[in-house]
This record gives sequence, C-alpha cells and structure tokens, in this order.
Amino acid sequence: MYDTGKVIIGLAIFACIFLFPFLYNHGTAAPQPKPSLDTPAIKALAEKKCVEDTHFMITTHMQFLNDWRDQALREGNRWYVNREGKKVWISLQNTCMKCHSNKKEFCDKCHNYAGVDPYCWDCHYDPNGSKL
Amino acid sequence: MNMDRRKFLKAAGLTTLVGLGGKGIFELVKPGTVEAEMAHEGHGHGGHEEEAGPKVRWAMLIDVMALNKEKVEKIVHTCHYLHNVPNWGDPKNEIKWIWEDEYEHVFPDSYNEYNHILEGMPFLLMCNHCDNPPCVRVCPVQATFKRPDGLVAQDYHRCIGCRFCMAACPYGSRSFNWLDPRVQLEKEMAQGRKLNKRFPTRMRGVVEKCNFCVERLAEGKQPGCVEAAPDVMFFGNLADPNSNVRKILKERISLRRKLELGTKPSVFYLI
Repeated sequence: MYDTGKVIIGLAIFACIFLFPFLYNHGTAAPQPKPSLDTPAIKALAEKKCVEDTHFMITTHMQFLNDWRDQALREGNRWYVNREGKKVWISLQNTCMKCHSNKKEFCDKCHNYAGVDPYCWDCHYDPNGSKL
Repeated sequence: MNMDRRKFLKAAGLTTLVGLGGKGIFELVKPGTVEAEMAHEGHGHGGHEEEAGPKVRWAMLIDVMALNKEKVEKIVHTCHYLHNVPNWGDPKNEIKWIWEDEYEHVFPDSYNEYNHILEGMPFLLMCNHCDNPPCVRVCPVQATFKRPDGLVAQDYHRCIGCRFCMAACPYGSRSFNWLDPRVQLEKEMAQGRKLNKRFPTRMRGVVEKCNFCVERLAEGKQPGCVEAAPDVMFFGNLADPNSNVRKILKERISLRRKLELGTKPSVFYLI
C-alpha cells in the first residue's frame, strides 16, 4: 500500500470525528417525559379516564385526532361514541383542552422530547392560555 | 411474441374496427350498457338534486329595508369576534367574512339610472353558499366542499393556498391569509380585543370565508349574525316548504346576486 502512514492517520481522524457525537452524548439520554395530568378539571373527575383507555390514547391519539377532525369537519358528525357507549362532543379546543388545560405540561412535553411539531397549534390554541 | 405479417394485419384491422366503432360493438354485445355508464358518470356534478331533493338546505335572508349602519356594525363585529377574524385595516391583507357594500357594486347588472331607491342602502355581503359552487369545482385538493345540507365548507387542514377558489368565486367572498393572522390578533388583543376561546384561528397561507356558523349549527344554535340582528337576518331550511325562510320568501320580493352565472346562491336580499 502506498502512503500507509498518511492513510491510517486519515482514517483515525475520520473515526474520531464520526464517533465524537456518540461518545460525547453517551449516558446522558434525556429522561422520558411524564406528561402532567395535574389540572383542576382532571382532579375533579371521579374516574380519571380519557375518551378511551390510557394505553390507546398514548399510542393512537394522532390517528384518533385525525379521525375526529375528518368526522367533525368533513362528515359533519360532532358526536363520538366511545367503546363504553359514552357520547363525546368532538372538538380539540372545547373537549380535549377542557381537561388537558395545561398544554405546555401535557402536549408540548412529549412532542418536544420526540422532536415532533404537530401543526394543530398553528390554528387551534389553548383556550386557557393567555397567549395565542 | 412471434407473429407473421398476415396475423399482424388481421389483428391491426380488427383493432381499428373496434376503435372506429367501439360503441357499436359494445352495443352488439350488451345493448344499453354504454348509455347507462355515461349517464351515471355525468350525474352528481354541480349539486342541486332536484328530484330526490335534500332534506335540509340552509339559506340566509337579509332584510335590506330593516338594515342600518349600527346594525351592520353590530353584525360584522359579532361575526368577526366569533370567528377570530383579524382586522388588518388594510385592504391588501383584509380578511372578510361579512362586510358591507353599495347597491351598484352588489348588483352591477341590475343597476338602474332612473331609479335611486336602493342607492345608499347598506348591503351585507358574505359567502353565498351556492348550490352550484364554482369554488368547489376548481379546488385541486377538495379543501372546499359542499355538504349535504348545502353549506360550502372550507377545510383549512387541507387548503394549500393556491387561491383557485378565490379566482372562481364571482362574489369575492374568499380571503387569503397573506400574513399570520395571529400577529394581528395579538396586536388587537393588546388593545383590548377579546378572543373567542371556542373557535380556532387560521394560519398563514390558507383561504377562508363565511362558514354559515357551521360550528354553531352543530350545537343547534342560530348563526351569529342572526343572533346579533334577528329582525334583519333570517336563517332557515329552504327545502322545507313550511320553514320561516320559505314563508318570508313567499311574501317578500327578494334579490340574489349574479343569478345569470348559474351558481344558485342561497343568500337572499329582501327589498
């Protein structure tokens, strides 16, 4: 091999640069966020339950909200019947945010952690917040 | 594929025959199917199902004779409060849901230089929620669509801001958000404007218009403008022969804007 020394030095420099972010951030993973359920509306609930069970809401709320949107807006159907047969008024701002009145602690915490920026809040806003 | 000249010519000739008289051949094999298919495809364009008829067809009546400046102001203010419509104070960025104009602009085709009765009267303009809405036909993403009850709805989630609908609407009922409406709303809030916490805002780059208060209709309420001036605005079901609007339309003379375009508007001006 020609220029063995130079090649090996070059490879070593490359490996250092490439591995630096992994080594630098090793062991400093941000703790998994816990969205806060501490709001007056939720505290007042006899049974702390969302429109569907917690596991479903955590894993499927994005798809679920999408379906709600299409039902309310495009099909004009404003009532959702959950698995227990309870009727719920379909509205992000007037139903979801009524209980989850702490957008910063509830929505934003996980969304920031996961690095997602849902466009809900371009138009909808937290009706309990002072700012838009 | 292996094919000699003779076979090729046969196949080509047969294909040409089918091409020239395609419909005729289908007619020989299965008479009547082509017409049925074509009629089926042609159906459903432009709404207004005259024969079957919708059960609900919302319409708005505006009594021009009972309208005055104060009421206009109250109606516009109510609507723009309910829907968080910013007031840019600049016609370039203006967002209009309901607004006022003069007779000669509202009915340019029926202007009469020998009769000045209607001149100077306040006319309230809004989306006409046409039976045959041109905006719906041109929208490339179906962001605007006609609901079964006749409302022409706008889905801001889907709007890409191409403004075809604005070009298509003959009434100028649609406005484009050139700038972020929240910037202006926040400025106005600093000066004491209140926000309707039950209704969202819009974002930059979408088209918006009057929605006939679809969010209030869903709750069984009347549109905001009707509530603000119940002696001027009447809202009801055009498909029901015994409804309030049908009774009024039977007795009063009414005008509709640009009927000759065939859009079938459902906002009536009572004179």
